[in-house]
Amino acid sequence: MTSWLLRRLIQALFVVLAMTVIVFLGVNVIGNPVDILISPQADQAERARAIIALGLDRPIWEQYATFLWNAVQGDLGKSFVFNEPALRLIASRMPATIELAVTAVLLSIVLGIPLGLYAGLRPNSTGGRLIMAGSIFGFSLPSFWVGLMLIMVFAVQLGWLPSTGRGQTETLFGIPWSFLTRDGLAHMVMPATNLALGNIALVLRLTRAGVRETLPLDYIKFARAKGLSPARVLAVHVMKNILIPIVTVIGLEFGSIIAFAVVTESVFAWPGMGKLIIDSINVLDRPVIVAYLMMIVFLFIAINLIVDLLYTVLDPRVRLETRE
Amino acid sequence: MAIRLATALAALMLTTAAAHAQSVIMAMSSSPTAIDPHYHTFNPNETVDIHIYDRLIERDPQNNLIPGLALSWTMIDDTTWEFKLRQGVKFHDGSPFTAADVAYTFARVPTVVNSPGSFSIYTKTVISIETPDPFTVRMKTAAIYPLLPIDLTNVFIIPKNLGPNPATEDFNSGKNAAGTGAFRMTAYKAGERVELERNDAWWGPKTHWQHLTIRMIPNDGARTAALLAGDVQLIEFVPTADVARLRADKRVTLAETASLRLIYLWLDRSHTGPQPFITGPNGEALATNPLNDLRVRQALTMAINRPAIVERVMENAAYAAGQFVGPGTWGHTPGLNPPIHDPARAKALLSEAGYPNGFRITLHGPNDRYVNDGKIIQAIGQMWSRIGVQTTVDAITWPNYVARANKQEFAAYLVGWGFPEATNPLRSLVYTFSPAKGWGAVNRARYSNPHFDALVDKLMTTADDTTRERLVQQANQLAMNDVALVPLHLQKNIWAMRTGLSFVPRADEDTRVMDLRPAP
Repeated sequence: MTSWLLRRLIQALFVVLAMTVIVFLGVNVIGNPVDILISPQADQAERARAIIALGLDRPIWEQYATFLWNAVQGDLGKSFVFNEPALRLIASRMPATIELAVTAVLLSIVLGIPLGLYAGLRPNSTGGRLIMAGSIFGFSLPSFWVGLMLIMVFAVQLGWLPSTGRGQTETLFGIPWSFLTRDGLAHMVMPATNLALGNIALVLRLTRAGVRETLPLDYIKFARAKGLSPARVLAVHVMKNILIPIVTVIGLEFGSIIAFAVVTESVFAWPGMGKLIIDSINVLDRPVIVAYLMMIVFLFIAINLIVDLLYTVLDPRVRLETRE
Repeated sequence: MAIRLATALAALMLTTAAAHAQSVIMAMSSSPTAIDPHYHTFNPNETVDIHIYDRLIERDPQNNLIPGLALSWTMIDDTTWEFKLRQGVKFHDGSPFTAADVAYTFARVPTVVNSPGSFSIYTKTVISIETPDPFTVRMKTAAIYPLLPIDLTNVFIIPKNLGPNPATEDFNSGKNAAGTGAFRMTAYKAGERVELERNDAWWGPKTHWQHLTIRMIPNDGARTAALLAGDVQLIEFVPTADVARLRADKRVTLAETASLRLIYLWLDRSHTGPQPFITGPNGEALATNPLNDLRVRQALTMAINRPAIVERVMENAAYAAGQFVGPGTWGHTPGLNPPIHDPARAKALLSEAGYPNGFRITLHGPNDRYVNDGKIIQAIGQMWSRIGVQTTVDAITWPNYVARANKQEFAAYLVGWGFPEATNPLRSLVYTFSPAKGWGAVNRARYSNPHFDALVDKLMTTADDTTRERLVQQANQLAMNDVALVPLHLQKNIWAMRTGLSFVPRADEDTRVMDLRPAP
């Protein structure tokens, strides 16, 4: 177990290192942040001053070495734009994204699995067919369009829900959360639904496919022949066997929702990390880009770890240590 | 008892209704980078700061100078400007505003740590400040500097009580965010919102709104939708594509005016030999850069049908331009109209210049910076091709585009710039690139004309406003005759608000909620 964990962590470090090199070189090739940030009224001397202030006058390898040295000591640098530590900037936007992502994933589990089970158990019923047809929209419609349509219908036409923003927040553990207030929840409904739609469709289809595959198998027939209740057959014999791919997908999707919720966040003006990273890329705010991507790499590694651990719970045959 | 309770309840409901009526939410199109008014020369920062802070000299909606914290300003000798300050003004922290705060502000501006765009560009001509009495400030400049009042419309005054080296973070947290402005800040959530309460002690006309929320909604569609849903009452930068639809919508009204932002093309002059993005009509290399020939430049500007661009591409949210600033802005030259669209004459000029079969050129532009930027260069590409200049259009994302434009890579390329008045572009854009002097800083094409430079040298040391304006107009004429750059159009600034409100549109793009009121 420990050697497995250690190996994973070392792999992660190499990924992070490679990523930082790519970001440093990439940003350097694209352009110079000072060109974007500086006032058009500024003269040559002011431009030179800004370049020195941001440390961009030094050769790129030297900038990279300084970055690595500071990173080892836990300092990922200050944002060129906000002059705040990049990590603090990201941390301040993280709760908004996390609560949105968690809600979206919960929605896709709570709605996706039951709908998928129904469609799998009654594939030829009208309900089952409707669910399958509907799921096609779920992952084929572009989310920015769905988002704007949700706003047009529920905020502009019907006036039921607030159009954009995070609404009122309540502090828990020193962090402001929207889900603790009525107003905040109302603000979350549309962006969370928008973010969840594709995933509901995905989970639903995976569940249905799993059920359809498992039902004709001998052990299900045997369980039924033994006289087990249909509920127990479904919950224990079917579900346990189809959950592994579903857990994998939900895990990966959770990661990508957190990392790339940018479309939903900009359509709903949700002040999360997705908006921050896009803004930072637009102005070449390298410290924020690097810190953000490092965090995302670690996030994916953590999610993969959890998914692997869940496998062992779901299927006792799975061992973390593969014997060579 | 019951009656008294009912009356009390009714009264309570009335007061909450009144309080609610005096709250307003405004949506901005981009997020400020700090509340610190001296951290970053960046328009969204200014939009927030004008509500919290005041400047010595303010701008009216047409961009004329009007008294702010200074009641008057005069050049008492060649190197001294004297300002008489407004009396009885208080900062939000209760301290009185005096000349010492002006001196403190000017000392602080150049010391802001890690500023990505320093306000010292507006303060550095002042070499020393004297405060003979609490309500008089004398600023010394090294030489005659007539533009100081214009520069000062950018510098927000902060109280000396903040002590030495106030940190940018402390402005964002609200600890240092004390100005003299119409509102005091109560909360700031970066990238999300700013909350403000009315400052009843403000020296200006009483503001209608007790509580102001400024929200950041950069997505165009979402901003418009928030207004239509009634979640916000005022939005800035209405997307041109939505203007026609919003005009027809009874729930909202629009306010619009000509902006100071000119969209123009640079024609590269930095290459005298071959220009990498220009080849002969059959793709062969050319020995010289054709753009150095005045007749070629005239042909290119004449080939552009500006009214068509304004009408079709900009959906009438712009005015065709033939110079840097529009009518009503200081330094505007009467009679300097947009060049007349004349493809036949343009073709003849090309032949005269020795390009009877034209040449090939790549026209570059950003695709995510100015309103419809990518579409504008496509339209121009077609217009140029019609006179025999085979144009390839290349639209690039801004971060990459600006870096390459600053390295003089492109042959013809589109940019935009907001000019507070006409001296500014003459000095920064058209004057010969001179790092030592700090002039011609954004002369990307490296245009250089000694006659023009001599004229600007002269006008920059002319104290008399009338004489100076005449010189500015001459220089303006000279630059346009020589096609130093190709002006296209001045954008319109458009705001939209809920019906029942009225707003004063401004040339300078600032959204001042003090100018938003219930319609009479």
